[in-house]
Amino acid sequence: MTDPLLCVRGLTHSFGAVRASDDVDLDVHEGSLHAVIGPNGAGKSTLIGQLAGEIRPDAGSIHFAGRDITRMPVHRRARNGLARSFQITSIFPGFSVRENVALAVQAHAGHSFRFWRRADAEVSLNDTAEATLDEIGLGARADTLAGELAHGERRQLELAMALAPSPRMLLLDEPMAGMSSDEAARLSDLLAGLKGRVTILLVEHDMDVVFALSDLITVLIFGRRVITGEPAEIRASDDVRAAYLGEAG
Amino acid sequence: MDTERRRWLPLAGLALLAMIPVIAGLADDPYLVTIFTRVVILALAAVGLDFIIGYGAMVSFGHAAFIGAGAYTVGILAHHATNGTPLIPGVSWLSGTTAGLVAWPMAVLMAALLALFIGALSLRTRALYFIMITLAFAQMFYYLFVSLEGYGGSDGLILWDRNTLPLIDTGSAIQFYYLCLTCLAGTVFALRRVVGARFGRVLRGAAENERRMQALGFPVYRYRLAAFTIAGGTGGLAGALLANLQTFVSPGLLHWEQSGELMIMVILGGIGTLYGPVLGATALIMLEETLAAWTDHWMIVLGPILIFVVLFARRGLFGWLTGGRR
Amino acid sequence: MLLFLEQLLNGLQLGVMLFLLAAGLTLIFGIMGLINLAHGSLYMVGAFSCASVLASTGSFLLAVAAGVAAAGLAGLVIESAIMRPLYARGHLDQVLATFGLILFFNELVRIVWGPRPLFIDVPDWLAASVEIFPGAGYPLYRLVIIGIGLAIALGMWWLVQRTRLGMLLRAGAADREMVAALGVDTRLLYAGVFMLGAMLAGLAGALAGPLFAVEVGMGEHILIQTFVVIVIGGIGSIRGALLGALLVGMVDTLGRAYLPTVLRLIAEPATADGVGSALASMLIYLLMVVVLVWRPRGLLPAHGH
Repeated sequence: MTDPLLCVRGLTHSFGAVRASDDVDLDVHEGSLHAVIGPNGAGKSTLIGQLAGEIRPDAGSIHFAGRDITRMPVHRRARNGLARSFQITSIFPGFSVRENVALAVQAHAGHSFRFWRRADAEVSLNDTAEATLDEIGLGARADTLAGELAHGERRQLELAMALAPSPRMLLLDEPMAGMSSDEAARLSDLLAGLKGRVTILLVEHDMDVVFALSDLITVLIFGRRVITGEPAEIRASDDVRAAYLGEAG
Repeated sequence: MDTERRRWLPLAGLALLAMIPVIAGLADDPYLVTIFTRVVILALAAVGLDFIIGYGAMVSFGHAAFIGAGAYTVGILAHHATNGTPLIPGVSWLSGTTAGLVAWPMAVLMAALLALFIGALSLRTRALYFIMITLAFAQMFYYLFVSLEGYGGSDGLILWDRNTLPLIDTGSAIQFYYLCLTCLAGTVFALRRVVGARFGRVLRGAAENERRMQALGFPVYRYRLAAFTIAGGTGGLAGALLANLQTFVSPGLLHWEQSGELMIMVILGGIGTLYGPVLGATALIMLEETLAAWTDHWMIVLGPILIFVVLFARRGLFGWLTGGRR
Repeated sequence: MLLFLEQLLNGLQLGVMLFLLAAGLTLIFGIMGLINLAHGSLYMVGAFSCASVLASTGSFLLAVAAGVAAAGLAGLVIESAIMRPLYARGHLDQVLATFGLILFFNELVRIVWGPRPLFIDVPDWLAASVEIFPGAGYPLYRLVIIGIGLAIALGMWWLVQRTRLGMLLRAGAADREMVAALGVDTRLLYAGVFMLGAMLAGLAGALAGPLFAVEVGMGEHILIQTFVVIVIGGIGSIRGALLGALLVGMVDTLGRAYLPTVLRLIAEPATADGVGSALASMLIYLLMVVVLVWRPRGLLPAHGH
């Protein structure tokens, strides 16, 4: 068994008196889809925040591809292949859809201290962008201004931007949020297709998707990792059921 | 159609500016050339400011410091050349110069270095602080130059002559005007290329959504610092030209009111267009010249005009002239 | 030694004046996210109003009250007419619009009061010298300013820490949208905060009259110093404003008093004095640089900032 691609040990972070992450351990193996679930306030966003580098853990460590990234700044993690999508859509409304994705590709295509050639004429950037958009299903909207997209399309763009530079690992923060069932189904198929190519850490509330796609599921409650296991195990667990009592399944 | 207007309007404007000496000759008003030389030089500085404000969302209220740095570089070099004293006492080979080919690049360099210093400190922190910090730094350097008694202190420094250049007679008002106009046109052209290139895209992306840019993998700070330095350099060039136009430099060049004037030019003309500031500079200086002839208190309208533009006419003159969306 | 004490008190006095301005400004920044360059203009309005009323009534107390009222009124007008549309806009728009206000007020004052500075004297009943130490007299007026400033600092502490309004202020400084979402009438809150800041600025202006020249442009001079205070202290916190103000007041005063002297130890008098006074005027900015390198958010920023 090879080392996990993402290895989290003892991750702890408090906001004042609230322990948002309480000694969390997590292993995500290359090529797998690992879901993190838990009731509201369980600390899922804080976890993603620390993995992405926006929140500095009070204690614990994060290793990615063998490197200690616990203190690494956000942009360097992305450069190292750890991409992330946002729960609340975070795109560039003033740019075209294509340009949004091309930008994502540009970040990994050498440096951007280039002052003369038109960026929107760079064929390699545009080709990769369009390929990703086609895969996601937004190909027809490539020239549209991102600010004019419908909500579901924005979520698709959100994912496209994370996916375009072919990252080693994706941190997906509730990608289905606000999607219609059609859109969610399409996204679910897309994620299924990505398995094996890209390692995925998925934070989601949509339990159907979680149980259908995940190789492993970690349950967080009040910041603590309560259990990690395969979907069937999680489904059968009484602790998990108790924690979710009253929550839509 | 508005995109076509956006294309030929700047060219028309350039042509008009190029005609100024002709118009001045026909109207027998040589002063017109002087006014418009000033317009063109300040427009150059304002264009550099628009680059960082309009495209980079870096609201700098200390841009005058770079003009001052450029102007004083020219002034100090000329001062030492005229006096025959070395720049640093004891180091005899470090003499001053009145050669434009040396002084002007030096002016750009010094201003760029100043921008690098100020930017390195100011860009690490929040946008709200940035405005205050750039204002404070500009004031600090204002006080620095006031205190330099050796270079005129608050009275300023007189240049005996304009810098010399090969092929061009800088003493000729018309030739100097065309030289400044070339610098302006060149800068606008160059910055437009930068804005459309990878660098510009990163800058614009960071202005719209810095958080996402970081998440994509861009070290935003580095790009912003580079942009700020470039803007500083253009301010330095403007300063060198201004020093030559006036054959006089004084700390007043760095005063926050000058920074404010530049910002007015940018917003009046149209932010984030690079052409707008040229319109804004023209409009503001024409306003100053015409209104000042009527009353001493013409400034009282400037404030409300500015507020009006900010609240209701934000796209500025360029936006109004080209119609449609940006 | 006595001279040092005197300078120390001078620094304290400058500090509390800066605090009066910084407290209002930092609240406005922190709670409304608004940059207000015209804060200095309110200070100026307070000073000029005070000078006018003093000249016509002879009563200093009335004059100060007039200064506060005038600034408060100006603040109210500005807030409702110009600031309201600006809350939603970005910093650039706020900077430009409030800069427009500066231009307007400066010219207005010039038209109404003329271009020359006004000089007002410390009123007789405050002109005495107090013996703080045997043989050492210190102007009563300056002591009164220090007293007022510290009283207001205490009052603000009480307001922010011990009242419901203060709770709203602290919450608003940390999370503006949340406060609005909780159903608080933000329009009233913002107007109130702005007026409070304006009145404090007016008070500072009125009190400053006898000490500095009352002239056009006095607002901007102290505004920039106030910005330095806020950058050093941290946005949104009154404590930060107080700490920053006292630091800046002390550093500036003691620097101007002693830097040339200190430099004389290592250089000849002419150079020492020249460099000394140059450095002294830049000292607070250098302090700002040091703080920025060490603590980019200021020394005591409010939570959430």
